[in-house]
Amino acid sequence: MSKQYETVIGLEVHVELATKTKIFCGCSTEFGGAPNTHTCPVCTGMPGSLPVLNKQVVEYAIAVGLATNCKITQNGKFDRKNYFYPDNPQNYQISQLYLPICRDGHVDIETEEGGKKAIGIHEIHMEEDAGKLVHDEWSGCSLVDFNRSGVPLIEIVSEPDMRSAEEVIAYLEKLRLLIQYLGASDCKLNEGSMRADVNLSVREVGAKKFGTRTEMKNLNSFKAIARAIESEKERQIDLLESGEEVIQETRRWDDVKEYSYAMRSKEDAQDYRYFPDPDLVPIIISDEMIAEIKAKQPEFRDEKMERYEKEYGIPAYDISVITSSKHMADLFEQTVAICNSPKKVSNWLMVETMRLLKEHDMEPEQINFSPENLAKLISLTEANTINSTVAKEVFEQVFAHDIDPEKYVEEHGLKTVNDEGALRSTIEAIVAANPKSVEDYKAGKKKAIGFLVGQTMKEMKGKADPAMVNKILIELLEA
Amino acid sequence: MDLLELTAVALGQKIQKKETSAVEATQAVLNQIDKVEGTVHSYVTVDQEGAIKKAKQVQEKIEAGQLTGPLAGVPVAIKDNMCTEGMRTTCSSKILENFVPTYTAEAVLNLEKAGAVIIGKTNMDEFAMGSTTETSAYGITTNPWNKEHVPGGSSGGSCAAVAANECFYALGSDTGGSIRQPSSFCGVTGIKPTYGTVSRYGLIAYGSSLDQIGPVAKDVTDCATILNTIASYDKKDSTSYQRESYDFTKALVDDVKGMKIGIPKGYFGEGLDSEVSNAVMAAAKELEKKGAILEEFDLGLVEYAIPAYYVIADAEASSNLSRFDGVKYGYRAEDYKGLHHMYKKTRSEGFGPEVKRRIMLGSFVLSSGYYDAYYLKALRTKALIKQEFDKAFAKYDMILGPAAPTTAPKVGASLADPIKMYLGDIYTISVNLAGLPGISVPCGMDSKGLPIGLQLIGDCFQENKILQAAYAFEQTRAYKSPFDK
Repeated sequence: MSKQYETVIGLEVHVELATKTKIFCGCSTEFGGAPNTHTCPVCTGMPGSLPVLNKQVVEYAIAVGLATNCKITQNGKFDRKNYFYPDNPQNYQISQLYLPICRDGHVDIETEEGGKKAIGIHEIHMEEDAGKLVHDEWSGCSLVDFNRSGVPLIEIVSEPDMRSAEEVIAYLEKLRLLIQYLGASDCKLNEGSMRADVNLSVREVGAKKFGTRTEMKNLNSFKAIARAIESEKERQIDLLESGEEVIQETRRWDDVKEYSYAMRSKEDAQDYRYFPDPDLVPIIISDEMIAEIKAKQPEFRDEKMERYEKEYGIPAYDISVITSSKHMADLFEQTVAICNSPKKVSNWLMVETMRLLKEHDMEPEQINFSPENLAKLISLTEANTINSTVAKEVFEQVFAHDIDPEKYVEEHGLKTVNDEGALRSTIEAIVAANPKSVEDYKAGKKKAIGFLVGQTMKEMKGKADPAMVNKILIELLEA
Repeated sequence: MDLLELTAVALGQKIQKKETSAVEATQAVLNQIDKVEGTVHSYVTVDQEGAIKKAKQVQEKIEAGQLTGPLAGVPVAIKDNMCTEGMRTTCSSKILENFVPTYTAEAVLNLEKAGAVIIGKTNMDEFAMGSTTETSAYGITTNPWNKEHVPGGSSGGSCAAVAANECFYALGSDTGGSIRQPSSFCGVTGIKPTYGTVSRYGLIAYGSSLDQIGPVAKDVTDCATILNTIASYDKKDSTSYQRESYDFTKALVDDVKGMKIGIPKGYFGEGLDSEVSNAVMAAAKELEKKGAILEEFDLGLVEYAIPAYYVIADAEASSNLSRFDGVKYGYRAEDYKGLHHMYKKTRSEGFGPEVKRRIMLGSFVLSSGYYDAYYLKALRTKALIKQEFDKAFAKYDMILGPAAPTTAPKVGASLADPIKMYLGDIYTISVNLAGLPGISVPCGMDSKGLPIGLQLIGDCFQENKILQAAYAFEQTRAYKSPFDK
């Protein structure tokens, strides 16, 4: 390859909003459910039914717009996008083309070099999701499930400001965290509550004009996105290098085969015949409504990170792990407020919590224990009521069942034994029963004491105070 | 007096006074249907059993004192584009031949709560597209005054049913004159309320921004009473408007003293039948005699209403009707190869020629590259037409004119020349574009013995003004029935 190429990437990100009901009717948005049970005349496109806008959708869209520095369209509307497909019961999707709710925003991402880069947001618009087609191989027919039909979405359209897969991932992470912090969506790529389509073109370094772009669909994980970007970049460069042209088209990524294939070209592009939906009235957003939503905005991650450093003095790495989930950050702050030991709380979250999450294949959002019980556990260890081995055992119970550590320790008799008399007689018996180890120790193999400590802890079912066990053993061995 | 000759309100009073019953009235209507339906064909569906059953239930409630309203027990016919739970709703189209809705339209629900007995569903132009009720997939309706003439459209079945005593009143819908024009042709009274007054929930849409449900009846009192019942603020319809008052019957006062009535000169020019013109002007004089002040004026942009209307209504229709695809309900073609062929075949076989024409026209004006030149321009024209009316209503309480340029044309005379048929909507269409209320009341007969309608147009939410003037005019002449002869 003689020439140097630059990759130009823009993203269309669909986010499913966390409203309880659908965008234009009162049906539940709950995931799952038997087919066509979360439906009504509106979301199944029955003749004569009419849409009524869910206000919460507008509020979430504005909240995301404000968090991404967008201008809010105060006199907007919905448009119909007309196309025939059986998952779309009206054969038009209610979306926004002419006056999207948010425009002209940006988010800052950290670049690999450690600097900041602004990624422009062209617009954010609201729309409804489609139903799901189920192809029944047995009977050779296709069925439609409208449970997802009418679930609210926002589409966040970026400017073509990204230049690498790393920047794309950083941008997506940034959006995901902003939206999760807002509580507007759980943004799970694998479950489809966040979906990204990648628009990519390449051009020679220094060129002013953009190259011809393709749009890549079916990207279900950050890894798939990174792989698809690399693959598409190479495919386009190869085409240009061999004197061919890139065709403007939509491609579908197959992450198993690590290969994409063309779905449709620009020539097949449909004319969606967009026009304002006459069944819906203009969306008028007052200054007061924007101010109210602004006032309710949470502290976002960047602000939180800064504050944690000042307020809690914990390491930067801890801060980045804890704030990577709003739920975990909330848990951290609430626990510290009770027990006032930031570093200890951080340790429990960073080490044991993360380990158990990984073990159970869970997301930080699924952490289910209360700050009160983690604080109690920390107090028990600080007071030496339990030793660290017991503490880990108790924590597993806290993690799994959110048990009260005080009660649990009491009921299971897990308190550390630091009654010297009782310990001494147990240790004397162990010393007597293990002459070989005593001999070794006396012969200078000081490590032999480890075995005797282990035997003592075993005998005491782990509840002995390790410092005291050591002290007594040394006294006995060196007597 | 024959029960069937009563107005809806008069019948309601008799039922309350126990001089007759809901069951008796329903039976009388069903007998009349047996007698005349073979000629008139107002109905697509007559629900004999359901109607009698309902009448019995309603009568019990009336006797228990639970239903005391003016329409309790009165049989009604519903245009076949309003959803009725469990009762076939076809829009007079093959594509919905077996469609049975799972819910009832809000306006119909309001009637049911008031104790209405639904007799059946009336014939119409397919999807309300037409002015003659000849585009129905289930045969034409004839004019009860003369079976060789059309009843008008698209609510031709509703208006013919009222005129032929096949019900005591009916609901119609009006997108470009579909209540007022057939009311005029059939010699009955019909009102299109201000857009947003009656919920559109459950009305199968033609042109969503123009469609409004309204009453068709024998007189103004009935219309006002029905409107009291069907009008409501409905959260299920985003375009529903919370009005200050839903009392239309308080307008039933025989007094027009000092009312300023504007008469657009342009309405009385070329194309208007002289007999219609004379009858309408004679009606105006009657109002003048009662103290109204008449003034001729120039209403601007009249000639742009029809093109603007057909662009907007057809654009909306092309999208509204796309849900009829053979996937979920209604007609599906039998032999097809794959999804797109199924769509094409189903829609080619399921829709009639007028509906196809309008879907194509509407799709064209929304296409990329034509949207600005047609659709946007039509929307701007609509806004300008509204401004012209605003100017007029700054000076006048209402506007008076004909409902249609002629009396009912002969069966088969209209469809061959659709442009001419579209031009027949000249007096009614701009009212929908501006969202205004308009009423048609009978004001005479032509030499062929066909009824002529007078149209009064009010400003938004000023139904009561036009109802009052129409009521006052009505006092000057008796109701004429085709059976009077």
